[in-house]
Amino acid sequence: MEQFIKPIHLISPTLLIPLFPLLGFLLLSFFGKNLKQAGAWISSLLVLVSFVISIYLFKELGNKQSLDFDVFTWMRWENVSLNFGFLIDPLSLIMLLVVTGIGFLIHLYSIGYMSHDEGLTRFFAYLNLFIFFMLLLVMGNSYLVMFIGWEGVGLCSYLLIGFWFKKDAYNDAAKKAFVMNRIGDLGFLLGMFFMLFYMGGLDYATVLSSAEGMEKGAPLLVAITLLLFVGAMGKSAQIPLYTWLPDAMAGPTPVSALIHAATMVTAGIYMIVRSNILYTLAPFTLEIVMWVGVATSLFAAIIGIKQNDIKKVLAYSTVSQLGLMFAALGLGAYTSGMFHVVTHAFFKALLFLGAGSVIHAMGGEQDIRRMGGLWKYIRITAITFLIATLAISGIFPFAGFFSKDEILAAAFHHKLVWVLLSVSSMITAFYMFRLFFLTFFTNFRGTEEEKHHLHESPWTMTVPLSLLAICSVVAGFLGMPAVFHMPHWFNTFLGPVVETSKGLMGEVHHMEHSTEWLLMGVATALAVASIIIAFVIYLSKKQVPESDEETTGFAKVVYNKFYIDEIYDKVFVKPIGVLSDLLHVVVDKLIVDLLVNASAWFVGFTGRTMRLVQTGNTGFYIFAMVIGMMVLLLIQLVL
Amino acid sequence: MTSEIIFYFLAAVSVITALMVVFSKNPIYSVMWLIACFFSIAGHYVMLNAQFLAIVHIIVYAGAIMVLMLFTVMLLNLNRESEPHKSLLTKGIATVTGGMLFLVLLAAMRSTQLGAYASPEASDAGFVQKVGMVLFTDYLLPFEMTSVLFISAMIGAVVLAKKEKH
Amino acid sequence: MNEVVSTAAPQSWYLVLSTLLFSIGVVGVLLRRNAIIILMCIEIMLNSVNLLMVSFSAYAGNTDGQVFVFFTMVVAAAEVAVGLALLVSIYRNLGSTDIDVLSKLKG
Repeated sequence: MEQFIKPIHLISPTLLIPLFPLLGFLLLSFFGKNLKQAGAWISSLLVLVSFVISIYLFKELGNKQSLDFDVFTWMRWENVSLNFGFLIDPLSLIMLLVVTGIGFLIHLYSIGYMSHDEGLTRFFAYLNLFIFFMLLLVMGNSYLVMFIGWEGVGLCSYLLIGFWFKKDAYNDAAKKAFVMNRIGDLGFLLGMFFMLFYMGGLDYATVLSSAEGMEKGAPLLVAITLLLFVGAMGKSAQIPLYTWLPDAMAGPTPVSALIHAATMVTAGIYMIVRSNILYTLAPFTLEIVMWVGVATSLFAAIIGIKQNDIKKVLAYSTVSQLGLMFAALGLGAYTSGMFHVVTHAFFKALLFLGAGSVIHAMGGEQDIRRMGGLWKYIRITAITFLIATLAISGIFPFAGFFSKDEILAAAFHHKLVWVLLSVSSMITAFYMFRLFFLTFFTNFRGTEEEKHHLHESPWTMTVPLSLLAICSVVAGFLGMPAVFHMPHWFNTFLGPVVETSKGLMGEVHHMEHSTEWLLMGVATALAVASIIIAFVIYLSKKQVPESDEETTGFAKVVYNKFYIDEIYDKVFVKPIGVLSDLLHVVVDKLIVDLLVNASAWFVGFTGRTMRLVQTGNTGFYIFAMVIGMMVLLLIQLVL
Repeated sequence: MTSEIIFYFLAAVSVITALMVVFSKNPIYSVMWLIACFFSIAGHYVMLNAQFLAIVHIIVYAGAIMVLMLFTVMLLNLNRESEPHKSLLTKGIATVTGGMLFLVLLAAMRSTQLGAYASPEASDAGFVQKVGMVLFTDYLLPFEMTSVLFISAMIGAVVLAKKEKH
Repeated sequence: MNEVVSTAAPQSWYLVLSTLLFSIGVVGVLLRRNAIIILMCIEIMLNSVNLLMVSFSAYAGNTDGQVFVFFTMVVAAAEVAVGLALLVSIYRNLGSTDIDVLSKLKG
């Protein structure tokens, strides 16, 4: 890769990108009380600055050059040295633009959304900290730096889910997210240990080049990739570690949009694309990634049908879409997966922000059974929401159509996967339109008071909505299917990153143009069919989902998310609880406490007894000394 | 033969005077017996060919330390009447303990290997010249350090003995 | 060389003598209550050790022992000076040099 030379003049701008959000975090942490509303603006502008610098880097570097440099050496022993450094290549650039760009829009949105909250500055401080860690994650030049960012965003996610910490349920959700992520992080950590031990380093260059020297399917590579994938499962909410994400909706809506839809949850996908050579060389892991992705996609989509909380529906849709991305990665279509990450970031952020706007208008109500007919009250929100819904459903020419189509095309040679993914996206289209119709059409089902309260959100909220809506429409054109005879800009741009993998992959399924047309046609037909079904059920027949008690049979099972949480509770949490109680009673109370108390009692007893010797009489002390001398001499004599 | 007689004589004097130090009722007498005891020890030093040390011993102990003690005793006006006494039981225990210590020490000494030193050697080890050489070469640093010790002892004594102003 | 030394008593006699003197010193410390007498008994003990060291020095023909005795004397002199100053100060405060009165060390 001789075109990867170092443009040294870009090092300082690169360093500035993560520093601005960090500065914002520090400013707001120390002076937040005095800054109030101004603090929110400052923090948003700092992220905007990072975004501008990212654009500059993007312009300067393109995909022909990359920047890889170490800032300092963290630790060094024998022939291993762990460095703290940054790598800016096409993949990082895309993530940089997504994180800072969408990050800025969501900051802006939050100014309006959170304006009445007493914890406004705290919220923005956390958001900035999150952006900082997310940037570390995507900019690092080693798995170590990525891991720092990885843990950092986990922490921020925890802080923001439990932002309204006065409610116990929210705190529980935050803890759940944190613990579930810990399970994944353990996998990541073990994977890193493997790399350190067998490959002699953690930076991408070392690991990837040493992997290139190994044969396909080497056990070491399979082990490392599986462990890393466990990490990705946790962060990107895949089966079986997905249950934290729906609960994470306890946090403020902008948080759901930024962290739990657009950026953090895609970290797992970023990680796999980053280590694509490892995965390509471990076909077994790819297979597992694919099936986990497919299963998650379908499973979450099915659960999504019966959810009535506007944010829960979106949460399950996120899980489902992430599954789709993993399926793409598993099929070896790394660029398609990344492409969907980008388009999904736009329309899912838009959906969440739109939902936030709806909730804002409804004065905090989140149940779609109590909404309806909002179209005429909040026009901008409704239109942008419609665009996002069309995008996620995969209707031409919205962004989701292109990225989804690419993934389905990649899956076509694997018929079963293709069928399952098509079903999943069909279900997606259905429940998204169910959500849309129930929220914005038919009659208003809330209280009079709520109806009176209905109003469009301030411009700080609608502007981000509009911008994201525009992106949701045009982002798809970055990756035109081959049949349009247009350059697939996205794949070309990411080309250098996956070049080696492509070489290793060998067989490429070339598709006839007719097949491609057919695939697009089928996908669109399925989506349109779903929309029509949703239209018939919820608009023509004006059905409203039944209340919780009336739900019966299979619907009830789905409504209760297949009782997965309850099963986890029974299988993992309860036994551990029992074990803890046992250890508490036996080990802690009986053994440890006894030992500690006994030694304390012994010391006390000795002290009380020996105290009597301390008469303060010097004569007696001398006497004792002489006796002691005698004893020592006697011992010496006897022995 | 004469030297043995001298040794026994000096030894007897040392032990008896030391005992008198302990058992005299009047502190003044104790001090006087102690001076006598020191003189006998100086005699031992001469016998052991440590002439320099013998002289230093007399100067330091008999000349300086004991005078200091005597002054203190008189300054505090200690005499037979003011002398406190221990109970008879304590005295008994103390004597027995001391005797036992003597036996134990003696037993310990017996196990000491004296083989190499079985017979005294004629040497010039105790001459001023020789002691001076060792003192100012091998032990120069400790020797200089003693001056520091003396200074601090002097200052300490002055500070402690000074009458506090009320 | 000194003829006295060459015909002196065996060294074990010096060992016995200094042990005896040391024990007498110990008995004195245990027996008496007057701090000055105790100080004097300590001097006896110190000198018994000095005697022992000189005897070893003489019998081994090594000067080091005598140098140590020299240092012991130095320390003893300093000790007596400070000790007596302490005594004077105690006497001034308590009106006595009886060590049984000095029970302030009690914790």
